[in-house]
This record gives sequence, structure tokens and C-alpha cells, in this order.
Amino acid sequence: MSEEIRTGVYTCHCGSNIAATVDVKAVAEYAAKLPNVVVSRDYKYMCSDPGQDLIKQDIREHKLNRIVVASCSPHLHEHTFRTALAKGGLNEFLFQMVNIREQDSWVHLDKPAATVKAMDLVRAAVCRVALHKPLTKGSVPIRADVLVVGGGIAGIHAALTLANAGKKVYLVEREPTIGGHMAKFDKTFPTLDCAACILTPKMSSVRAHPNITLWSYSEVTQVDGYVGNFKVTVTRKPRYIMEDLCVGCLECIEACVYKEGKFVDEFNMGLSKRKPIYIPFPQAIPQVPVIDPETCIDFKTGKCKKSCVDACGERHAINLKMKETTEIIDVGTIILSTGFQVFDAHRSPEYGYGVYPNVYTALEIERLVNASGPTSGEVVLRDGKRPKSVAIIHCVGSRDEKNNRWCSRVCCMYSLKLAHLLKEHTDAEIFNFYIDIRTPGKGFEEFYQKLRNEGVHFIRGKVAEVTDWAFDPSEEGKLVIRVEDTLLGFARRIPVDMVVLATGLEPHADAQEVRRRFNLTCSSEGFFLERHPKLAPVSTFTDGVFLAGACQSPKDIPDTVAQAGAAAAEALALIDAGHVEIEPNTAFVLEEDCSGCRTCIPMCPFSAITFSEETKLASINQALCKGCGTCVASCPSGSIVQNLYDDEEIFAEIEGVLSNA
Amino acid sequence: MSKPKVAFYWCASCGGCEETVLDLAEAVLDVVKAVDIVFWPVAMDFKESDVQAMEDGSIAVAFINGAICNSHQRHMAELLRRKAQTVVAFGACAQLGGIPGLANMNHHKDLVEAIYGSDAPQEIWKSNGYELTLPRFADKVQALDRVIAVEYYVPGCPPTPKITQQALDALLGGSPPPKGTVLAPDQALCEDCPRRETRPEKLLIKEFKRPHEIVADQEKCLLAQGLLCLGPETRSGCEAPCIKGNMPCTGCFGPTSRVRDFGAKALSAVASLADSNEELDIERILAPIADPVGTFYRYSLPTSLAGGKFTK
Repeated sequence: MSEEIRTGVYTCHCGSNIAATVDVKAVAEYAAKLPNVVVSRDYKYMCSDPGQDLIKQDIREHKLNRIVVASCSPHLHEHTFRTALAKGGLNEFLFQMVNIREQDSWVHLDKPAATVKAMDLVRAAVCRVALHKPLTKGSVPIRADVLVVGGGIAGIHAALTLANAGKKVYLVEREPTIGGHMAKFDKTFPTLDCAACILTPKMSSVRAHPNITLWSYSEVTQVDGYVGNFKVTVTRKPRYIMEDLCVGCLECIEACVYKEGKFVDEFNMGLSKRKPIYIPFPQAIPQVPVIDPETCIDFKTGKCKKSCVDACGERHAINLKMKETTEIIDVGTIILSTGFQVFDAHRSPEYGYGVYPNVYTALEIERLVNASGPTSGEVVLRDGKRPKSVAIIHCVGSRDEKNNRWCSRVCCMYSLKLAHLLKEHTDAEIFNFYIDIRTPGKGFEEFYQKLRNEGVHFIRGKVAEVTDWAFDPSEEGKLVIRVEDTLLGFARRIPVDMVVLATGLEPHADAQEVRRRFNLTCSSEGFFLERHPKLAPVSTFTDGVFLAGACQSPKDIPDTVAQAGAAAAEALALIDAGHVEIEPNTAFVLEEDCSGCRTCIPMCPFSAITFSEETKLASINQALCKGCGTCVASCPSGSIVQNLYDDEEIFAEIEGVLSNA
Repeated sequence: MSKPKVAFYWCASCGGCEETVLDLAEAVLDVVKAVDIVFWPVAMDFKESDVQAMEDGSIAVAFINGAICNSHQRHMAELLRRKAQTVVAFGACAQLGGIPGLANMNHHKDLVEAIYGSDAPQEIWKSNGYELTLPRFADKVQALDRVIAVEYYVPGCPPTPKITQQALDALLGGSPPPKGTVLAPDQALCEDCPRRETRPEKLLIKEFKRPHEIVADQEKCLLAQGLLCLGPETRSGCEAPCIKGNMPCTGCFGPTSRVRDFGAKALSAVASLADSNEELDIERILAPIADPVGTFYRYSLPTSLAGGKFTK
């Protein structure tokens, strides 16, 4: 079969984006003389309707069977032009796009040289496109069930949105309760509405919703499959209390042999004590206690009178023999909303956290000012006294070359909020030490102005250290903030009773493991990477897996909820389409040629390659393959080929680009 | 009807390919029965002038082994091309450039200097009133098909007697294979490897070893033991004699038809076996591969995309 190759080449001006630096007409004239080229045109905007019509018309009139468009990045308009080919009656993959904008006109100043480069690139495409073969897109059905990982406000909102749309949702949360960080907050900025008041109704809805299966105290341990057809293994840790039998009366906690709490209460940031059997906070969902085997006498010695079991009585909800269980579910899409961890203030030792008892983290203060917190909302120092002066140090662990370089985005605002609440609770003198105040949200700047009017002090300067070394009697018994006030231009010492560290947000310590489990990529700071920072902010490079909330980057509650809604909408879009098209640029094994050496098997980042013990051959799951080409490069006998990137096509392109006559 | 005429000739080679023909053992008698050997310098007393005297195209098949590295070899190759209907590049040197091809890593003048010092032979060599003109070195060592057109290839260093017998049968039989064919299977050696079953599904290597450093297990996949076995890259057909001798494959049968550059492909495949994502760690894993060019391009430097360091 020797079909006559008839190529059309279209060079785009992109207004002046390309034409200002590349002599577009010269490129078009040059292309006209290349082998197999039948038509060569230049046009102001190839992506416009008239531009696309040129292609369609020429396919018919000149019987074109290959098309090259030299314009912008394929990321932008490859789809546009492929569609134009299809409408013109040509297989959409008999097409090659040349990027003479991002890779040429935008990065060069020398017009003649940029023009030669455009010619070289066009020549390469003309050589390669002749070898293109018609391909067809695959299609994969999408299961309607969704997995949401992480039950903070992001996961809660996404799960409810999907469940309200009639989809079955599995919500998996690592902690014994959903609610995440938001459940620990007292008020929310800038409106100062009570965090619990707006969060707990949503938490209750999750429990009550017939479409939501909530698995708390559970973790996703394995993810197999691909968009539309994920198989997910969830490991459920034993909480030693049967969720289906427990009525949430909490009598077991009351009955525990420990009359008072004796162990660090994680929910209250260690500011109070809990018993071995406990519920994290009164509105916890599920309303089911959990037994901590590390501290329970029965687990440690086997010699407890088990008063909790007696208290439970006829309900028999306590099962001290409970074992870890696994659930395997099939879902079509996954939303990751695993959140963040707070920067560990010990890593900035100059601020004395863990050394001076009256240095607190912001989250500790959230608990202190909270009416259901360890002090019932009374703000007192560790010795029980009320602080008369408080320093809030911004950017602890953020915007810091030694720790995290990024801005954590919420600290300015929560510092202002805490300043307000501390003032309200204690009438203390409040000092904010900031590098820059960043208030770019709705109502944020107004909130900042309000705080200034309330008489809160703002001192611009990065605090050098917190010390208890008094220079004069006024500093005795105080914590002294040493700072350069950069607005006044000299170093200051400000003695205070209490120091609050506005610690930043960072990726979870196990973010890399989670990333691998879900086949994601991370950006340099370790947050999960979105597919496109502007145009695909909740999608990932793994189809069918979406991001919501602070696992993608630090964000506040409104942004988190907005993103959770967007992630739910993206999942719904896939589910309602019912199937997803897959690009045919996949790799496949030439079965007669494969020697079964298995070199390719561990190479695949998407676990798309399997080895059949029966046929002794490797095979690639077309739905899983992302077309990265790693296996193609690794195949020692050249028996894996990738559509659109076979050796002949690549060599033709190389020879084309290098054969400048 | 007269028997088809066959010629054997050697260029830059070690002579192993000639041995192979003799290693056909008693089967060589069948060859002699079936064909007329009209030229075979290693075994029979014909001279170049005898070949010159033959009619063009009168030889059915000329088997030429060895790479082309000087003017005389090129001259003989061109002569045999004229006289033969079919030319077979016989063995790794003729097919891919072979071990002599590694000379392309140096300039030939430097090589001669290194070996002979100031005593290097001159092109015109005089002694006792006699004069001898020596062949001139080519700029670079080349495979046979870069000098003359070649119809078929028989791989191997040297080709095994079995594959040689099969080639003879195929060429002298009724339906010769399409031109350009390498007369051997087109799968990689793992297909035939007696240790195939012992290769782990996910093979990643923490440390490469050289054969003298370990006592290799006789049964287990050599790669899995950290020995750099090029079996996965190399065309099968040899029946794995090296593996059976507990030595890793060095790749003499060359690449499959789907691979353009054996060394680049082997490098790419072997690099992907390193069990680490850390740059320094990868360097440590690959460090025992002492001579990458000599390892990956042992038989194919002149036909690689780069061709060597000195190709002019």
C-alpha cells in the first residue's frame, strides 16, 4: 500500500504574537516547497472559525491526507485542530502541530534566526506526519460511585454535594471523627461566625445521608485500576466499639476506671487530658467512642475490671477483641481532600516553643478561646493567670528560607481573628509582629481595619527571638520579644505575658506515600499537583482523581469549600458522561516479538503492564496507559511501540529538524 | 546442471567465522556436495586473479566476514560484489562492525602509533631492495553494507554452525527470504533462555557485578544475580551457549529488526533496571559497568547512530 501523501501546512500569525518575531509568510512559502506538501498557507488566527474552515475546505478540495499547523502549544489548540480534521473528513491523528509561539517567537528576539527555526520545526513535522497512521480513541465506562478521602470541611462538602446529586459516596477519614482542623477552630474569619455552628450541621448531614458510607478511623491502603474503574482497599482500624451497636450514650466513658482524664488529649492540642476510652469532642461524628489500646489498662495488663463493658450492658457495643478489617470497593472517581499538617513550632527554636511554657501555637489558642475547649473559653496562662499582654508572631515556618518558603495564606487572617478574640476574652494589650499583612479576600481588608481601630498594635518586623532574659525590672518574669521594627528603623524589646506563634501550613508527613498510592505528582513544596494551575485546578495528571482543599495548597475555608464543590462537579461531569475517551497515544506490546524478559513491568508509573504466566508475554492495559513512553524506552528488544511516537516517526522528525539544506 | 558457486572471504576479523564453517563438521561434506566452493583463502588455494577471471555474477553466494578497515578489504568486497549474485554479511563484524569497530573510538594514526611507536610501517615498505605497498587504512572501520550492497546477514561472533547451516539451506533452497533479512529469529534471547522461568516479575538491580566478582548460580537468571546480561536486548538464534556456560550474554547476535541502535537501546534498558531514583545512588549502581562503550557497543559501534568518537 503506497498512498500518495498530500500534506497541507498552515502557519499562524497569532495576531502579532508569532508574526512580530517570525516571518510567517516566508515560513509558509518555504513549507510549500517541502516534499509531499500540496497546500501551504499563512493566516492571522488559525484557531478562529475561518482558520479552521481553511483546513476543512482544503481537505476536500485538495484531497489532503496530512495536516500540519504551525502555531501555539498543542496544550492549547491541538484539540481544536484535530476536531477540524475530523469535521473535514480526515482521521484526526493524521495531524502534527508545531509550536512556533512558546518555543520560538516568545523566546527569541532575532527575527531572521527565529524564522529559520520555525522553518526547521515545520520541516520536522512535515517529515513526521507522513508516517502518521489513522488512530481511534478508546472509551471507558465510568462507575457512578465516588470515593472521598479525608473528612475535613473539603471532604464533607464534596461528599454532601455528590450525595445530594444522588451518587453513592464512600467517605474515608483517618481520625476517629470527621471535621478536620475546622472542628478545632472557635470562630472563623472575617465574619467571626462560630466554626462549630456552621460545621456540625454538615457533619450530622454526612452521618444521616443515605448515599454516604462513612468510614472513620480508616485509611486507603491500596488503589488499583483507572479512571471509571478504581478498585480501592480501605483498612479499618479497630476502635473496639461496634459502630452499628453503639447508641452514643457515652456512659462507657463515664464508667471508665480512670475517674479523670490522664492522657494527652490530641483534639485539645494537649491542653487537657482524656481517658483511654474517649470521644474526641462532643459533636464528633460518628458519635461513637474509641478505645486507645496504648493507654487502656485491659490492653496493657489484661487486668481491668472492664467497667466500660458493664456500663454498655445489653447493648454489647464494646468488643475488646475487635481486629483490623479491610474493605474493597469499586469506584469510578476519587476526590482527595487529605488536608495539611501544621508546621511544628519546635523547628523554629528561636521562638522558645516547648522551652517557655507561655509560648503557644495558634491552634492551642483556638482551643483556649473555645467555649468547649479545655478551659471552657477562659484564656489563662499555664499558671492560671490571665495574660495582660500578648504577642502574636506571624509567619512561623512560612516565608522562611530555613523552613518553608511559601506563604501559608491563612495565618495573617487567623492572627487578626485571634487578636480580636484574645482582646475580647482578656482585654490584654495585643502586639502583632508581621512581615507583610496579606488580606486579599472578601471582607479581609475591612477586618484588618477593624482590628486597627480596636487598638491592636501592628509592628512590622520579623521577630529575632523570644527570650526570658530580662534587662530591666519591667522585663522580669516576662517573655521578651526582640525585633527590628522596620517602620521605625530600630531594634525593640517588648515584654509580654503570652506569645502566640502563627504556625504555617505544610503537606502531611506522609504526603509522598499518599501521592504514590494515588499515582499523583507533587509540586516542589510537597503539596499535590493540580493538572493546570489556572485551567484545571482540581484535576490531577491521573484521570478520575481530583483534589480539594489544603492538600493542594494552603487555603482558607471559603476557598476550600469552593474547590470541594468544583471537585464534586468534575466528578459528576465524568459520571454523567457515562464514559471517558482515552487518547490513543498509548503503548502496546508486539506480541509475536516480545521475548517475555519482563524489563518493562516495574517501569510503568501507572502499573499498566502485566505479565501473563500463561502466554509468557507482557501486555499493557490501554485504559491505564498514559503514553509516557517509559516502557518503550526500556524494552530491550524494541517490542513495545507507542502510537504517534514510534521509532520511525521520531527519527523522521529528528532527521527533518537537522536536515537544514 | 552445474552446482551453484559459493565464495568465502574474510576482511577485518579474527577468523572465528571461518572456524564456524569448519565446525559444521561432517555436514561440511554435504555443503561441498551441494555447491562448488570457488574461493576460500583460509582453506583453499585460489588467488585474487582467479576471482578476477570469473564472469560477473557467476558466483551464487559470497559469504564475507569481517569489518572493512582498509583499502584492500574494500577492494576485495567490491570485487566479490561484482562477481556474486548474492552477498551475505557473515558474522557480527560484517553485519554491525564488530570488535574491530571499537577502533572508531580512536584515530587510526594514534592506534598505529600506540602499537608500533616510531617503527610504524609506511605505506610503501622497502627492505633489501624489495618494495611492498601496504593497504591504506580507511578513515573509519565500517560494516560491510556501508561499503557494498548486501542482501542478507548472518549474526553472531561467530555465527553458530546451526545458524550457518540454516542460512545455507535458506539461501540455496527454492524460496529465499526477502532481501535485507537477518537470517535468525527476530525475538530477544530471553525467549530461548533456559533460565527464563527464574527471572523475577519485577526485576530491579541494587548493584551490578562483574562475572569475576561472584560465583554465579547455575540455574538463576543472570541479570537477577546482578550480572549484566544483554540477553533481553539481543536477537535469539544462538541457543544461549554463554548462558549455559554460566556467562552473561554480551550481545553478539545484535539487535532485533525493531532496534536501530543496539548500544543506545541496551543502555536505555539497563539504566531502567537500576533500583533507585536518587542520582548518586544510580551512579553507584551503574559504576561496576567499567567500559560502557565496550560493553554496550562491543559489536556495533560503526553502525550506531554516533558511529564512534572518530569517524572521519
